[in-house]
Amino acid sequence: MIPELGSFALMVGLAFAICLSVIPLVGVSTNNLTLVKYAKPLTLGMFLFTLLSYIMLTTSFVTDDFSVLYVAAHSNSLLPIQYKFAAVFGGHEGSLLLWVLMLTTWTSALALSSKSIDDAFVARVLAVLGMIVVGFMLFTLLTSNPFERLLPNVPLEGRDLNPLLQDIGLIVHPPMLYLGWSGFSVAFSFAIAALLTGRMDAAWARWTRPWTLAAWSFLTIGIALGSWWAYYELGWGGWWFWDPVENASFMPWVVGTALIHSLSVTEQRGAFRNWTVLLAISAFSLSLLGTFLVRSGVINSVHSFASDPGRGMFILMLLGTAVIGSLTLFAFKASALKSTSKFEFYSKETFILAGNVALVVATATVLLGTLYPLFMDAFGLGKISVGPPYYNAVFNPIIALMVLIMGVAPIIRWKKNKVGTFRSELGLIALVSIAFGIGFPFVYGGEFIGWVSAGMGVAFWLIAATLKNVKNNVVSPQGGYDLSRPTQSYWGMVVAHMGIAVAIIGVTIVSFYETQLDIRMNVNDSVSLSGYEFKFEGTKDVEGPNYSAKQGQFRVYEQGNQIALLTPERRVYRVQTMGMTEAGIDSTIGRDLFVALGDPLGNQAWAVRVYVKPLINLLWIAAGLIACGGFLCMTDKRYRAKKTVTQTTPMATEPTVNAA
Amino acid sequence: MKRFVLFLPLIFFIGLGIFLYKGLFLNPKAMPSALEGHPVPAFKLLTVTKGDRVVTKADLIGDYYLLNVWATWCAACKAEHPYLLDIASSGVSIYGVNYRDELAAAQDWLTRYQDPYQFSAFDVDGKFGLNLGVYGAPETYLVDHLGIIRLRYAGVVDTRSWKSDFLPLITQIKAEIAASKSL
Repeated sequence: MIPELGSFALMVGLAFAICLSVIPLVGVSTNNLTLVKYAKPLTLGMFLFTLLSYIMLTTSFVTDDFSVLYVAAHSNSLLPIQYKFAAVFGGHEGSLLLWVLMLTTWTSALALSSKSIDDAFVARVLAVLGMIVVGFMLFTLLTSNPFERLLPNVPLEGRDLNPLLQDIGLIVHPPMLYLGWSGFSVAFSFAIAALLTGRMDAAWARWTRPWTLAAWSFLTIGIALGSWWAYYELGWGGWWFWDPVENASFMPWVVGTALIHSLSVTEQRGAFRNWTVLLAISAFSLSLLGTFLVRSGVINSVHSFASDPGRGMFILMLLGTAVIGSLTLFAFKASALKSTSKFEFYSKETFILAGNVALVVATATVLLGTLYPLFMDAFGLGKISVGPPYYNAVFNPIIALMVLIMGVAPIIRWKKNKVGTFRSELGLIALVSIAFGIGFPFVYGGEFIGWVSAGMGVAFWLIAATLKNVKNNVVSPQGGYDLSRPTQSYWGMVVAHMGIAVAIIGVTIVSFYETQLDIRMNVNDSVSLSGYEFKFEGTKDVEGPNYSAKQGQFRVYEQGNQIALLTPERRVYRVQTMGMTEAGIDSTIGRDLFVALGDPLGNQAWAVRVYVKPLINLLWIAAGLIACGGFLCMTDKRYRAKKTVTQTTPMATEPTVNAA
Repeated sequence: MKRFVLFLPLIFFIGLGIFLYKGLFLNPKAMPSALEGHPVPAFKLLTVTKGDRVVTKADLIGDYYLLNVWATWCAACKAEHPYLLDIASSGVSIYGVNYRDELAAAQDWLTRYQDPYQFSAFDVDGKFGLNLGVYGAPETYLVDHLGIIRLRYAGVVDTRSWKSDFLPLITQIKAEIAASKSL
């Protein structure tokens, strides 16, 4: 009964979504205010029924209803309860339902908190969101209904959730990622509404920006969690593989980064309107493209857990409709007028634009690398795969360039900046950064490594330039320091930019200075690596709720003192009889000690993989900082202003240096 | 003109969409077998275990044999290794192609995990691998008595693939040999 209710609730949700995508638009075009006012209640109805449907699916999992095919395939009565909740989105069908739920959550959040925005405009935005929901709900109901029954032969037990996914990382990673992806649909819908009305002004940018920031921040967290999960769960010690699916989540993030900056220019200077609209369309399109790549199986990936040409075709149609529709609209309706605000070469506008171009080019390189195997195959030129060497060679230099720009853009003024002051402000920092970059690898590792110099140099540059900028901004006219002088969104920018610098330091150090050993260890063998001694004291048998494991006991000594006991596990999950590696990790801010058990080699001996990873935790800290920066900007009080601002830009007032 | 520029994103996407559509009908896991039915390409390489021994195509002998591409950097090769030992002990000749590897590491591998190969050609710059059309390690080629590649198998050889892919062809090769002898 419950699965049928869930299916039914989803259909009712679809009915609401269809009404939502039609009625408000009819209202707007016929000037019928009553119809326009339907937008919000329809949105809430759509959300409530989707939520109901999701709750029904969750109930099926919690009550072990294995008559539901999806539950039987992804759960088991012995599965711990928290993983039953996570198993709801552990497969294709459920993760689509989660996508739809997130999307309707965004839509209703917008409906509830849009009092400051003009009703007709909100109605249009909600209608566009409604159309996207219709697309995804149809996709779910027609090709991947999670409520399908296995009747009459109901299995007594489920096949269990993939052991790789039975992990805290997986409980939180997909919801964050989907919040981010689906959140970009809000920015997209704002862009479409702007194209429909021809209203691409500062007010529009101000309405769009907090939503984009929210989506972007969630996506940041989602990507970082995915990376963290891969790091400790896959047992290879890697944290980023340039896998097509990782790229699929990363590309919208990079374009989203460009979008929030471009929106800030549109908001404060009224410039870059077409560019902003195009970025909003791109961010959403790349999210859809990611879904296509993951769900259709056109690209080989470690993540491709569901591939089905029928689904691929449907997603492609969805992608095609959304992107061709929006780009056609863009082609005809984008403002052909020259921007009213003028700026010279040495201006914040130029630098933000340059940074944006760098981000877009970086995205294009990732897109090319991701799709290149497909192009080759389609041309009959053979099968190839594009690996990390390509990305390192192409992506990193572009990002290094972008970071150089990041140092300058916050400092330089809008419209026009004197070349001289610019030199006096940053000249010294530039010289010190170069010296620091060149010197660093000698001091840290004893030999020169070009990439390390570049990474540490640009990180130093970014930190120093940002601090310099902070100092300029907190000095009050009286000469003292006043931390409350800059706006909250300024501080958000500072925190996020610092996060980028921290990430660069972490990536650089861990990539070049991590040490690794793959060895055979007998009981009581010791190995030393980077000053740590790892002693293997054999394995213990451990029984989990749904797995049995061999747990290795490794004592780690530093200068003779025991500093950690690492207990990596080699698990066998009973239902799927699948082996799983659980790494043993000891973390401090300075380094991770990482031990993973490989295969048993007989006589109590094991193949063991040992890593010392310096500063890897900076990666997760950086992601936290970046997301925090996003949330700080988003909650700036200027986005909470009740009044409807309709004029284009505050041209007369000298803008503050707070563009984030 | 200005308006035309605004159409560029649309044109770009339509081009992309065509590829994505084509991609739906391709199987990323299927590997073309360019050299199946062709002779093993010529080579002249040193071996891993004996640094002074030069081997060529003429050293590949047997009614049928396997050519196994491996490397120490390849994690899947490690998984495949015990099975290769089994196959070798059942009397099948396996020749190794140590692909783009380091000599010391490769030698260490063979002493540590045992050596299933008649010899392993040390293909340090990957030229022979390139001629064979190797996409990645591990790959295994089944070659018949005439030196013709009968099967190219990408990925880990295990009990299942041995039974389903190799054994039927081996039976067929044996039958062909018997037929040619009786003529």
